This record gives sequence, C-alpha cells and structure tokens, in this order.
Amino acid sequence: MKIMNCPLNGPRNILEFVWGGEVKAMPDPAACSDAEWAEYTFLENNTAGVVREWWCHVPSSYWFIAERNTVTDEIIRTYPAGEVFKNRVEFAMPAEGGKK
Amino acid sequence: MPFGLLRYGLGGKYPARRHFTPEKNPKKSYDVVIVGGGGHGLACAYYLARDWGIRNVAVIEKGYLAGGNTARNTAIIRSNYLTPEGVEFYEHSMKLYRELSNTFDYNILYSERGHFTLAHTDAAIRTSRWRAEVNKHLGVDSELIFPDEIAKICPSLNLSDDVRYPILGALYHPPGAIARHDAVAWGYARRASEWGVDILQQTEVTRILQEGGKVTGVETNRGTIHCGKAMQAVAGSSSLISKMAGFKLPIRTIPLQACVSLPVKPFLDQIVVSGSLHVYISQSSRGELVMGGSTDPYSLYSTRSTLDFKEGLLGHMLELFPFLGDMRLARQWAGMTDMTPDFSPVMGKTPLENYYIDSGWGTWGFKATPVCGVTMAHTVATGEPHDLIKPFRYDRFKDFMQVGEKGAASVGH
Repeated sequence: MKIMNCPLNGPRNILEFVWGGEVKAMPDPAACSDAEWAEYTFLENNTAGVVREWWCHVPSSYWFIAERNTVTDEIIRTYPAGEVFKNRVEFAMPAEGGKK
Repeated sequence: MPFGLLRYGLGGKYPARRHFTPEKNPKKSYDVVIVGGGGHGLACAYYLARDWGIRNVAVIEKGYLAGGNTARNTAIIRSNYLTPEGVEFYEHSMKLYRELSNTFDYNILYSERGHFTLAHTDAAIRTSRWRAEVNKHLGVDSELIFPDEIAKICPSLNLSDDVRYPILGALYHPPGAIARHDAVAWGYARRASEWGVDILQQTEVTRILQEGGKVTGVETNRGTIHCGKAMQAVAGSSSLISKMAGFKLPIRTIPLQACVSLPVKPFLDQIVVSGSLHVYISQSSRGELVMGGSTDPYSLYSTRSTLDFKEGLLGHMLELFPFLGDMRLARQWAGMTDMTPDFSPVMGKTPLENYYIDSGWGTWGFKATPVCGVTMAHTVATGEPHDLIKPFRYDRFKDFMQVGEKGAASVGH
C-alpha cells in the first residue's frame, strides 16, 4: 500500500486521493486570448522528474499540493495550497469581458 | 526421430534466414529520420520504402526493437469506436491487418475472435447502442446483444444476477481480433531493412538540431545524424522528445498495467471487455489469459507493477469468470501510455516545418499500427496530412475541435 501524507488528515492510503495534474500558472480568464486559454487548458509540461501537483483527499474533499518525482514515484512533500496561492482567484466576472 | 531432426538442423540445405540485415554504423545523413523503433515507426519506414520509394531512412531506437509499448499491449484489434473519425481510421487499420501476414510473407498470427464490450448499467447500454449505430452506418460489423445471445456465443461467461454488477447486454463486434504483437513489428522491420532502411538500436536521441524553424538533424549517443525530414513515434516518451523539438503536447504519461496467467486449455474464444469493471481478457494461442485493467490513477514515467492494480482487476474478473479463482499469474508488466484529453491520437504536422509527429497513443496504439504507418508515410512523403488523420491534428486543441473518443478502453469517461 502506498501512503500519502495529507496535510489535513495525516498519512493515508493513496487510493483515498485523486490526482489533479500539474500546478500551472493560470492566465487571467477575462484578459487572455483563446490561444493562451487553450494552451493553459490542454498543453502539459509532462515533466519527467520532480513536479508540483494538485491532489485531493476525496473523503474530506480537501485539495492540496504535493511535490512528487514522476520517475521514481517518490512523494517528496505535501502542503496546503495556501503556501503557493496567497490571494483568492475571483471567477465572478462575466465571460464576455474577455478580448480576442 | 531426434537424430533426423538434428541432421536437418545442422544440414546446410535449409539455412536459417536472417531476420534483419546486420546492424551498421549510422550514416552521416538520411532523407528521413524516424525517432522510435516500435511498431509505428517501423511501419512508417516500411510504407515510406514501399509506397513512396524513400529508402534512405533511419529508424532510431533508444532501447531494442519494439521493446516499448509494442511489446506491452494486450494485442487487441477492433474498430467499433464511437466517433466517425475514429471508426473510419481503425477500420482501415483492420483491413490492413487482415492482409498483413500475406503482405509480409510472415505470420503475425492474426486471429479473429469476436469482441464483447459488456454493459452493466443503463448508461452503458445506451452508449453501446450509440456505438453500434455509428459502426453499422460506417460499414463495421457491430451490434448490441443481450444475455440470451451472449450465453450462446460465450458460454463460459458468468451471466447470473448474483454478482455486484450483472451483465445487462454487450456490444458485439465479430471481427474483433488478436495478433502476435512482436511479429507485427518484426514483419515491418524485416521488409524495411531488406529495402535499405537502417534500424539503429541502442541509439538515443539527445538533441534535435534546428535552423530557422526546420529540423536539420538529431544528436545521438552515436554521433550527429543529419536529415531532410524527421518524425517522432515514441509513445510514452512523446513529451520528452517534443520538448527537444521545442513544443508542448496535450499529453500526460500514465502507466497501463497488464498480466498473463499460466497457460490452460482453450476455453475462451472471444475477447471480453468491460468498460465499467475495467477488465479485458482474451486467451492467447498459447493458452495464457491476457488481462488488463484501467490506466493508473496518476502520471508516472515508470513501468513498475502494483498490487492495487491486480486486486482491482482480478476482483472484477472473478465476477465474470468465477472458476478462475485458483488460476495463477505468470507475468505482469506495465507500459507508459500517452493520454490525451479527448482519447484520440495527435498525428501529422507540428509547429516545425519538416518535423512530423505520431503520438497520443494512450490505450489504442497497437490496433492502429498499420494505418499509422500508411498515413504517416503519406504525411512525411508529401508534407501534407493524410485525409484519415486530419481530425487528429495537433492544432485541434488550439481551435477547441477535439475528437471525443468514448469508445477508448481502459479509461474512465
């Protein structure tokens, strides 16, 4: 059984977690072009090595960040997303505000 | 008579034929360099030589011939996909597969078995009916059948209600087949090398040389090789090679595990797949049960095997074939798949002018080997994508024109 350390719930079986993919810098949805948004949405670094990823502890619906080596499958560190994201992202603005 | 056999073996009357031409040092320059010596790369080299007369070609392989996903798939060939683009593409592949042993004069052990995709929920029945109608419309033999008919065709399957997920129906695809996967690659490699294609094993590409948006060559551990055009066919490592070329792909590398049992007497003619249970099983010509499940739950550049996978797979498999409870596994392995967001491949042109790509082979690459060879050879030779692969172009993600392939196996939809 592979164990992952949840920053909220402590060490748990990795089957309790869902992988959310690499942490990427999100362009401003209201200001970026369609091409930038497509790149953010679909293109992946798919790095072979240490990456920073989103993970979710499903039973408690808790999203956090893990640093993991994608070659050796070693989980290096897990921590709350607040360590990286200091400010709240506002999605409330209307989509029409985006420019081409 | 053992002595007769020995005399036959040692006699010079029937000398063993060499499989491939002997390995040479790479030339300084080739018309086309293909990165990746698996089924797809070798098929492309074969059709470049046969259909386009381009024989000054090198196939560069980091490991050994067809030692990646060509050796690691479960050898299932079918065309009962969901999207019209996918169905036409894979149907063309099946037509080529049926003739391949004759084309090569080399037996790939192509064996038509009939292919079931089991449905355990109303939603799966609906998707099966949808797939059957799309398939029939495009001339593919495919229909939705129910437990009474399934029992007649595949009597060993457990159709009782006394399981967690009873079988409600199945999409039945009579031409579904399996083949000897190594032989497919060897057949292509053998003919291609006879025609002058250089197959360079143990040769790792470390850099892709460019000048003004064009590829001029590749740097390898055996020196620099110049080329007029280049192509990559390295599923599992697609992102790593494309990074050398300077562009990102819509691909995540995710392991897919599989295993085989000890060989037993033939009892299962058909290929049985359950999308909901994440199980697929067929019996090889050696009698082994070849089994696979779903892709791993997260990305990894590794071919390690896990107990979680086998628990999940075999638990479900025992619902379908309870009498296999005492069966033992003989081997287990994993391959690294290229998972795309829409479960369709990424093929054709790239941001570089003379660099072509054959990638995005998640769990559907082996069955596409011949058609990939034909269409990529066309693309490399003419510089324009073949009609069959136009929907799978790299730029479709920029235009939000994905080809959502819900007929792909081993993945949640």
